[in-house]
Amino acid sequence: MAAKKTVPVRKVKESEGPVAKNARAWKFGDDIDTDAIIPGRFLIINNPDELGKHAFEGTRDEFAKKVQQGDVIVGGRNFGCGSSREHAPLALIGAGVKVVVARSFARIFFRNSINVGVLPVVCPDADKIADGAKIGLNIKEGNVVADGKTYAIEPVPAFMQGIIDAGGLVEYAKNVKELPTCTR
Amino acid sequence: MTATIVEKIFSQKCGSEVRAGEVVMAPIDGAMIHDITGPLAIQKFYEMGGTQVFDPERIIMLFDHQIPADSIEAANNHVYMRKFAAEQGIHNYDINEGVCHQVTIEKGRAAPGEIVVGADSHTCMYGAAGAFATGIGSTDMGFALKFGALYFKVPETIRAEVSGKFQKRVGAKDLILRIANDIGADGATYKAIEFAGKTVRKLDMAGRMTLCNMAIEMGGKAGIVAPDKITWEYMKGRRKMKPFDLESDEDATFAERRSYNVSDLEPQVAVPHNVDTGVPVSRVAGTHVDQVFIGSCTNGRFEDLAEAAEVLGRKKFNPKIRVIIIPASRDEYLKTLKAGLIEKFVKAGALVEAPCCGPCMGGAFGLIAPGEVSLSTSNRNFKGRQGSTDGKVYLCSPATAAASAITGEITDPREV
Repeated sequence: MAAKKTVPVRKVKESEGPVAKNARAWKFGDDIDTDAIIPGRFLIINNPDELGKHAFEGTRDEFAKKVQQGDVIVGGRNFGCGSSREHAPLALIGAGVKVVVARSFARIFFRNSINVGVLPVVCPDADKIADGAKIGLNIKEGNVVADGKTYAIEPVPAFMQGIIDAGGLVEYAKNVKELPTCTR
Repeated sequence: MTATIVEKIFSQKCGSEVRAGEVVMAPIDGAMIHDITGPLAIQKFYEMGGTQVFDPERIIMLFDHQIPADSIEAANNHVYMRKFAAEQGIHNYDINEGVCHQVTIEKGRAAPGEIVVGADSHTCMYGAAGAFATGIGSTDMGFALKFGALYFKVPETIRAEVSGKFQKRVGAKDLILRIANDIGADGATYKAIEFAGKTVRKLDMAGRMTLCNMAIEMGGKAGIVAPDKITWEYMKGRRKMKPFDLESDEDATFAERRSYNVSDLEPQVAVPHNVDTGVPVSRVAGTHVDQVFIGSCTNGRFEDLAEAAEVLGRKKFNPKIRVIIIPASRDEYLKTLKAGLIEKFVKAGALVEAPCCGPCMGGAFGLIAPGEVSLSTSNRNFKGRQGSTDGKVYLCSPATAAASAITGEITDPREV
């Protein structure tokens, strides 16, 4: 049967944390789709910085203008649903966001995020975090702190952790000489 | 041990029993890339140190989202992909064949029992051919291109058992909008949806494709229909394969079983801005529309266009609205052409375009302005999906789209 085991998230040094010291929470609702994160007409762009300029364009125009490096996006249920476009997490990186906290994530977005270096953090209480809250992430303790209140987060699934530990799927793949299939 | 069809596919590929929930590095039988997600996938392939793809014969490349190139950037992306195809010996269908998912199935690039990945979320459509197929991002695709394998968490399966006989002008699209409404936009996250039951067994391949196509709209990792006579008949001439049995054991462990009876099902319309918002057409009848789009991988097949033509009869489309009709592939285009339907549509006032994604992804042509309403047979009605975020997109069947294109407002196709 399935290995239900989960391992703690990789320890990150304070200095290399993906969340800025005075990070602001950008609150979004349920079912935020990848068309909202980056509309179809910008998919001709492959450069994260350029994509970042159009993040949430038409959905929340102030975002790309005001977001600061190291800010955090907070979503509700099913964040990142819809298209498989990797341009979505890349646009977030371009906008300076490396952490998305949400009640739940759509499958492809979750996997894409980990592959390219955006940390998707599952937080059952994400709805309680207010837009504009001062937010911090404590991976070691397994929580987020928003406006002084602490909310528990769920650990990343074990097999995804291996990819995070390697520094993303590209780095992981670089070090693979031969790939045994059907390994569990 | 009993198993679901998905568990059987993974077990067969892996040569040992694999159960839902397990994570395996499974070999893939095929991979599909297109003009939007392909350039990034190729970049990632190179960044991973890739020099040669695992097997050029198992990779399919084509352009469908922005064709013919609608910007210099799109043209550049196409050039980049053509170069890769030539260098790697990958068959590139380029701009010639149509929407990726339709073409992949038509060309026999997905078959019963296979594991196929595509860098597009609607890859789940190949489940109609009895394959386990799932959409992945570009980095995962780069990995798949290099190694011919990918990590999969073998999904649990929701079994949707469908019975009853569709009323006239009601069909697969209405059923899947009903199911999406029932399961919800994230109700099948990380799960496969198996469509089963007498009604599904009687559905043609076109209808099965419509069902499987939209599994992702419930968060599903895959949609699948167990291969049967209809599937094997379709595979003839596309793949040299001897039919074999592949189906879920009746007493397999399913995440859920849900039953649907279609006998009383009304035509369904998903209202803005989510796909799981399907309501009976009567609830939104009379809503003014500015543009009607009949096409896409969801509903751009000959069967869909023939149904639209039947509804149209000898009438004309409402000249006050735009009607855009796009067959999903060259094959479907030719069938439609030979049946005289293209002429019929054009004479009735529609704009008939060459096979491509068209207005569905809101990246090329057919965009809507602020305040405008689009009625579409495609699969997504997210805010801004077809242009302005201040516009609205409703989703429906080809029959409902055709009926509404005649009147200029959302209309029950049973009343036209």
